Amino acid sequence: MKNVTLDPIDRQILLASQDGLPLSITPFAVLARALGLEQAELLARLRRLQERGIVRRVAAVPNHFRLGFVANAMTVWDVDDAHARRLGRTVGALSFVSHCYLRPRRLPVWPYNLFAMVHGKSREETEGQRAAIAALLGDACRASDVLYSVRILKKTGFRLRPQDPEAKDEPCSG
Amino acid sequence: MRNGHLDPIDRAIVASLQRGVPLVERPFAELAATLETTEATVVARLARLIAAGVVGRFAPMLDAEKLGGATCLCAMAVPCDRFEDVARFFEQLPEVAHNYEREHWFNMWFVLAVERREGLLDAIARIERETGLEVLALPKLEEYRLELTLPL
Repeated sequence: MKNVTLDPIDRQILLASQDGLPLSITPFAVLARALGLEQAELLARLRRLQERGIVRRVAAVPNHFRLGFVANAMTVWDVDDAHARRLGRTVGALSFVSHCYLRPRRLPVWPYNLFAMVHGKSREETEGQRAAIAALLGDACRASDVLYSVRILKKTGFRLRPQDPEAKDEPCSG
Repeated sequence: MRNGHLDPIDRAIVASLQRGVPLVERPFAELAATLETTEATVVARLARLIAAGVVGRFAPMLDAEKLGGATCLCAMAVPCDRFEDVARFFEQLPEVAHNYEREHWFNMWFVLAVERREGLLDAIARIERETGLEVLALPKLEEYRLELTLPL
């Protein structure tokens, strides 16, 4: 995974579009024009970036709260290591689970290793989802907790920074 | 769209666009045809959804790890009277990609995303230094789903 480099034009395309594409029926043509590129070249580069997985997709990022999903929760589980991988795959396949991860425990403050994000339109619905996960995990689960989202404080996502990452960072002033 | 009440076309647009558009000259053509509307209508509604905060942005979603970087979920227990200050500090910290307030002793949960792996430890060290609070770093060991689409 080391030495993955973006060529300067790819980088320029991503920097110019990561905050939002032009809202046009031909967004790539507008962007290409702004960058002094041919649209065909810009599209070919974006497709290549998507093939390499650097661009997951070109998409809209929804705000769950504003869409009526007001009971968003991170459910966390202390699952027997011997079964964690198999059970993680099973939980991750549930339709109401948007993300599912295995993470390290940090004892004594954090005993949970399996994380599943669930989204409901009410806490009642979310508690039902949590109960369904608990039933799936059965005896392999020793303890669990649920952490409801109160507020989204920031949701910018990963952003490229304008400077070349190979360049030495200047110490931050101010 | 008042009070977050979207009409069925708005919902269909968000549901479709969260999965992504094809990388072609007219990326909204197929969706417009499915919805029996025009591309201009799709774009106008998308602009309204963005203005209303229902959609955060419409853009390429980048994978920090595929670029040789790293991401890490972190948590902190922030005293109530300092919560807003720390949130503001994170607001302007480019390494913080997401930040959520959650109901828990660990009340602040954030995702660090950096373009170089080494940047992760630097960012954690800086946060601990500047806030005086301990960061609980929970990097993923495995990922079982990264389907960010919800049934709408």
